Amino acid sequence: MMNPQSCVKIQKEWDIVGARQLGRELAKEIGFGTVDQARIATAISELARNIYLYANHGEIRYEIIQVPEHKAGLCLIAEDEGPGISDISQVMKDGYTTSGGLGAGLPGVKRLMDEFEIHTEVERGTRIRTIKWLR
Amino acid sequence: MRIPILKLNNYLLISIQTELDDQTAIQFQEDLLDEIYKTESTGVVIDLTSVEIIDSFIAKVLGDVVTMSGLMGAKVVLTGIQPAVAITLIDLGINMQDVPTALDLEQGLIKLHQELGV
Repeated sequence: MMNPQSCVKIQKEWDIVGARQLGRELAKEIGFGTVDQARIATAISELARNIYLYANHGEIRYEIIQVPEHKAGLCLIAEDEGPGISDISQVMKDGYTTSGGLGAGLPGVKRLMDEFEIHTEVERGTRIRTIKWLR
Repeated sequence: MRIPILKLNNYLLISIQTELDDQTAIQFQEDLLDEIYKTESTGVVIDLTSVEIIDSFIAKVLGDVVTMSGLMGAKVVLTGIQPAVAITLIDLGINMQDVPTALDLEQGLIKLHQELGV
């Protein structure tokens, strides 16, 4: 069961901070420990920065997942209408960067979270859906 | 926002207490290098006790400032990295192996004393 929750628009650099702060608050509310809160906040920071750097604007949506008597988690959806990614396998490689960064972004997000899906179309945009489950 | 840089003898001390956004981090990089130049400091401790998140960008800025300060002749020690931050850095694939670290500010100063022999 998914409950639509919140959304942060990424338009300026400071929105990266706002997005990860909200993510940390939600993670805390759901009951994640401090390490997972930091993992989630860091993943959001990477996703939001990618939007800001490559697409200029986009949004991050947060959904709290509650499966009754089963498990809970936080789902993040990062969506933009930016240039898209022409070679996904390349951006998922550690150390690949076009921005002069460390190239840790997307492969890092995948390791920080539990589930990770990416859909991208050149000149149409990118949508990344990633989930962290409460253990 | 500017991060305050304190001078203590021939060291500079910085305690990062704010949420680091990209602009603040870049500004800090420039401010620290200027301050090293102006004060002719030989050692720097950057305390990260209050920092709850270091993403790949902030990690790059911090790693770079250590290298840049080294080029100028000042040794930088990062101190107080929280457990959750250490874990997420490794998850991200950032190992910061060449960056000198210490448990806390006190240990950081001891490390500088030992290495610089002041």
